[in-house]
Amino acid sequence: MTASSQRAVAGLLRVATAGSVDDGKSTLLGRLLHDAKGVLADQLAAVAAASERRGGPDAAPDLSLLTDGLRAEREQGITIDVAYRYVATARRTFVLADTPGHVEYTRNMVTGASTADVALVLVDVRHGITAQSRRHAAIAALLRVPQVVLVVNKMDLVGWDRSAYEHVAAEFRTWSGRLGIRGVVAVPVSALQGDNVVAPSELAPWYAGPTLLEHLETVEAGPERTRSLRFPVQYVVRAPEQGYRGYAGRVAGGAVRPGDPVVVLPSGARTAVAAVETYDGPLESAEEGRSVVLRLADDVDVARGDLLAPAADPPALTRAFEATVCWLADEPLGPRRYLLKHTARTTRAVVEVTGVLDVTTAALGPASGLSLNDLGRVRLRTAEAVALDDYAANRRTGAFILIDEASGATVAAGMAGPLPWA
Amino acid sequence: MSAPVQTPPPAPLARTAHLDHLESEAIHILREVAGEFERPALLFSGGKDSIVLSHLAVKAFWPCPVPFPLLHVDTGHNFPEVLAFRDRWAERLGVRLLVAEVEESIARGRVADRPGGSRNPLQTVTLLDAIAEHRFDAVFGGARRDEEKARAKERVFSLRDEFGQWDPRRQRPELWDLYNGRHRPGEHMRVFPLSNWTELDVWASIARERIDVPEIYFAHRRAVFRRDGMWLADSPHLPRRPGEQLELRLVRYRTVGDVTCTGAVESTAATVEEVLAETAATRVTERGATRADDRAGEAAMEDRKREGYF
Repeated sequence: MTASSQRAVAGLLRVATAGSVDDGKSTLLGRLLHDAKGVLADQLAAVAAASERRGGPDAAPDLSLLTDGLRAEREQGITIDVAYRYVATARRTFVLADTPGHVEYTRNMVTGASTADVALVLVDVRHGITAQSRRHAAIAALLRVPQVVLVVNKMDLVGWDRSAYEHVAAEFRTWSGRLGIRGVVAVPVSALQGDNVVAPSELAPWYAGPTLLEHLETVEAGPERTRSLRFPVQYVVRAPEQGYRGYAGRVAGGAVRPGDPVVVLPSGARTAVAAVETYDGPLESAEEGRSVVLRLADDVDVARGDLLAPAADPPALTRAFEATVCWLADEPLGPRRYLLKHTARTTRAVVEVTGVLDVTTAALGPASGLSLNDLGRVRLRTAEAVALDDYAANRRTGAFILIDEASGATVAAGMAGPLPWA
Repeated sequence: MSAPVQTPPPAPLARTAHLDHLESEAIHILREVAGEFERPALLFSGGKDSIVLSHLAVKAFWPCPVPFPLLHVDTGHNFPEVLAFRDRWAERLGVRLLVAEVEESIARGRVADRPGGSRNPLQTVTLLDAIAEHRFDAVFGGARRDEEKARAKERVFSLRDEFGQWDPRRQRPELWDLYNGRHRPGEHMRVFPLSNWTELDVWASIARERIDVPEIYFAHRRAVFRRDGMWLADSPHLPRRPGEQLELRLVRYRTVGDVTCTGAVESTAATVEEVLAETAATRVTERGATRADDRAGEAAMEDRKREGYF
C-alpha cells in the first residue's frame, strides 16, 4: 500500500482483528488488554467467576470473556458481533475491534476493517494458512487497511519451532503480495501464555522483531498527507443576525487552509476558503479527520451533501460507476433500487451484479445476485451525480453504503473503483 | 456541600492528539444527527459524560446555539448538588432544558413506586413516554463502550423500535463514518457520540477544556454507610437497614446517578488533575465500583438496554 513516511502519526490507532474462534483471537485481545493493563480488577474478577461457572473451580480465567459481551455470545462461547475495547499505553491510545472469524460473520469483519488503521490476521501455527486466513487477508486488502500484521499464534504448541513460524509467514506473504498488500509484519506469539504479545518471549531467541504491542505502538498508519482536499459539507451553520454563514464538516482528505481555491460539487461553482474556524479559534490548517467550519470568500450556494475540493484535482462527478460490495443483509441483492449514502449525501441507486468473488482464491466468478456475506462486483447508476473518488485513492470519499428503503437496513458496504489485485 | 464550582487550571497537553481525534469524531456525529433528523434531543443526567457531550454540542454548532434541547429524566432521588448544577449549566449553555419526572409517571399510574426500592428501573418508562410525547426522533446519550460489556457491542446510531426496545442481534452494521439514520414512524435512534471515549478521556477533556462538573465528583466529607461493598449517601430516599451505621468519610463520586444506587468511593482527589491521576491509576471500573444497578447479574445492562434504558 503506501510508504509509511507519507503517513501522519496517529494519536489514536484503530486495530481490527481477524481470525477464527479456534485461532485464539479473543484470547489474544484479552491478553493484550490484560498485559497492557487495560483490564480492571472487577472485570477480571467477573471473568474469573464466569470461567469457574463454565469450567469448574480450577478453570483458568478465560480471557476471551473480556470481549464477548452479549449473553448469546457467552452462552455459545463465540463472538457474534464486533466488540470494541480500549487500551492506552504511555505511547498510544488504541481502539481494538474484535470481529468474528467465520465466513458467516464476514460482514462483521468488513465492519471492523472499514475504520481500521491496522488489521491483525491471526493464524494457528499448527494449521498454517487456511482458506479462512486467505479470506481475512483479502478483506483487509479490499477494505485497504493501511497496515496488515500476521500474528502467528500457539507457538507454545509447536515448541517455538522457528521453521514452522517461517513457513507460515512465507506462505502468508506470498498470498498477501498477490492481493496487493505490502510490508506485512509477522510476529510469533502465544496468546495463551502471553509470549511476544506485550512482553518479549524468552522462548524464541531467534526472533529479533518487536512484540505485538511494541509494533502497534510505533507503526505509522495515520492519514496520508499527500492527498488532495476533500471536504463534505455536513451542516450549514447560519446566524443571520450576525451575518454568519459557515459550512461545517470533517476533512475527508488532505488539508484545508485559508486562501485555498475550491470548487463546490456538484454545482461546479468556484470560490476560495476565507477561514477555517472552530469554537476554539481559527486554524492555519486543518488536516484529514478534523471537524471544522469553513467560511467561503463568495456567496455561493452550498448545502449539506455538497463536497468542496481543489479545482485542480476534484473527484469524479459521476452517475454510473463500478464498485466492490460486501452484501450484509439476509435478503439477497435483487434487481431493484436502493438508497446510496456517500459522505453526507444520500441518493437512489440501481445496482447490477457483475460478478462474485471467491476471496479464498481472489478469483472473480459470474453471478447475477449476491447473498449475505458475499463479496462481489457491481455496476451502479445513481439518481443524482456523486462526487466520487476511487476507494484506493481515498477511503472516506470512495466508500458508500446501500440502504433498503423499506426496512431502513444497511444492506451493503461499497468501495468504488477496481479490485486491489485487478 | 457548598463548595464553590471548581475552576480547573489548564491541563498539560499530553494525549492531546488523541483527544482531538475523539472530539472531531463526536462533533461529526452530532452534526450528522442535526443534518438528518427532525427532532433530536440530548439526554442530560448531570453526570460528567453528558456534560462533556453537551459541551461538544456547543462546539459543534458554534457560533449558533445548539439546535436541540437537553432532556433530563429526574427520578426525584437525585443529588441536590446535581440538580442545581443542571439548571446552571443549561442556562450557561443557552440550551432549553426539558425535565421528565418519574414522580409524574407514578402519579399518572404509568409505574408503581416500590417502597425503599430504587427508581432506577422506573426511569425507562418515563424516558420512553417523554420521547413519545415530544416526538423526538433522535436522542443523544453520553454512554461509552468502555463502561460495560453490553454497551461495548452497541452501535453509534442505535435503532429503537416503536416500543423503545434494543435488539442486539438485529443491529445494523456500521461502516466507515457513514451512519444510517433511517427509521420508521414511531421508531427512534439513540446516538452515542462518546462511544469510543474512556473514563480517562472524559476527565482529560474536562481538564483540557476546563469544563465545570458538579462538586460531588471531588473529594468531600459526607455521611455515608456501607452496603454491598459501596459507600451510599445518607439520604431521606435511602432508608438504612439494621446494622448500617453512618460514618463521616472523605469520598467522591465517579458516576452520578440516582442517590439510591450510586455509591461513593473513598478519595482525596480534590481537583481535576488529582481525579485524572486517580482515574489513570485505578484498578476498578467506574460502574463496578459504584453502580448497584449493574450488579444484578452478568447481563444486567443488556437486559435493561433491551427494554429501552439509556
